[in-house]
Amino acid sequence: MWYAAPVSVAGPPPNPDTPRHTAVVRVTHWITVIAFLALLLSGVEIVISHPRFYWGETGNVRTRPLFTLPIPSSRDTVPTGYGYVMPDQNGWSRSLHFQSAWAAVLTGLIYVISSLWTGHFLRNLFPVPGDRTWRAFWQVMAKCLRRAPPEEAEARSYNVVQRIAYLTVIFVLFPLVIWTGLAMSPAFDSAVPAAVNALGGRQSARTLHFIVSGFLLLFLVVHVTMVVLAGFRSRMRGMITGRALLPAERTLEHVGERP
Amino acid sequence: MSPISRRKLITSGLAATAGVAGLTAAAKVAQHYGLIPPDHGGLYGPGQTLTYAAQRVLTTHSLAREFPRSMISKLPFANETPPPTDLFKRHQATGFSDWRLSVDGMIARPTSLSLPDLKSLPSRSQITEVVCEEGWSYIAEWIGTPLDEILKAVGALPQARYVVYFSTDGNWWDSIDMADALHPQTLLTWGMNDGDLPVSFGGPLRMRVPRQLGYKSVKYVTHLTVTDSVKHIGKGLGSPNPEGGYAWYAGI
Repeated sequence: MWYAAPVSVAGPPPNPDTPRHTAVVRVTHWITVIAFLALLLSGVEIVISHPRFYWGETGNVRTRPLFTLPIPSSRDTVPTGYGYVMPDQNGWSRSLHFQSAWAAVLTGLIYVISSLWTGHFLRNLFPVPGDRTWRAFWQVMAKCLRRAPPEEAEARSYNVVQRIAYLTVIFVLFPLVIWTGLAMSPAFDSAVPAAVNALGGRQSARTLHFIVSGFLLLFLVVHVTMVVLAGFRSRMRGMITGRALLPAERTLEHVGERP
Repeated sequence: MSPISRRKLITSGLAATAGVAGLTAAAKVAQHYGLIPPDHGGLYGPGQTLTYAAQRVLTTHSLAREFPRSMISKLPFANETPPPTDLFKRHQATGFSDWRLSVDGMIARPTSLSLPDLKSLPSRSQITEVVCEEGWSYIAEWIGTPLDEILKAVGALPQARYVVYFSTDGNWWDSIDMADALHPQTLLTWGMNDGDLPVSFGGPLRMRVPRQLGYKSVKYVTHLTVTDSVKHIGKGLGSPNPEGGYAWYAGI
């Protein structure tokens, strides 16, 4: 009886023929994956051209950094301590970064508007009433740390930790990374000076952009790890075809559910 | 999978047709309002076009942030390039007394201006930030002649759409649209922090476009061309930068 499982999920038992993920969720998810990987790769390349970070409005090789990444740079003007200058990949990296950012932002807009329209956030992502406690949160965390296999129910819905993680990515990290990214645009700042001033200056914006990107990368690593632990094939099938279970499994389950 | 119904097929077909027609119309409108950059082709063309169009709609008249004198960087970074030619070194030896800025193209009066000629035009001083695409930045006071004043003096024609600027280094030239060319903060800069503009920072004459990244602020400027198209200059991308993957429009 999956609905009696300790990890609670929302709503009534779903019809096994209902897609695990809607077409909008699946398509926007995979476009975001491609765009995010391109942003990550090009972002790393851009950082290599100046792997020093500052706080405040200005910062350059003659001023004290807040922190420095222990990597060589693609510019010989940056003192890195390495006697080696990396190949300069900044040009295409910047172009790829902004094109991917457009793809991610426009896809994100479609996802958010569609999800508000269909109630996806409230139904599938906002923690269910009984789960809005630290206790519920830690119960899932403890289970995960014990490396207990996922509940059957978790193939059909998200547990509270997943919900909070996804909501944080969608409503905190993505908006922050877009904001700090735009705040580095001298033209955007001319139109909306508050965007950069509120962050404490453009070097602060750049440093925050790097840190928030780090949190997004951390999410990606944990997310993929959890997908692998929960069952790579079934989770990938769910996000690609919309079906969490194979037809044979669904038939069996359908039979099994009958009283 | 259910077979695709005729209704679905017709609906999709109509939607696709409407989409293509809509895109074509949008491209025409964008071209008319100057929202298509010279580097709109190629793999990254869609991104460059979206960025340029969005920023043009948002920032046509906005002013780059100016800072109080107390925020001028005590340690600005020149990102020095060696003086490019022997001719430049000879100019340097004579204190740039023979430096000329020639202006041609779609203008009523082709002109060659000396540095004193430039300084006799209305000038402007502003404390703005130089932002390099690598990530570093500094703030300085820049004193110069607004490009707008030069364009007025030479009688730029109304059909002009770009100003192309060339330096003594033949590989370093660039162009801006009229929104930036007529913008009050776009300066032909000859002074920095109350003194002459040092050679390391682009002296005797540097284009400063504070709403765009540092690579648009070309050093050692000697020549301006006013034009309605950049197709016939270089590879037709408005600048050599797009050949290296860098956007022609560097507002971000």
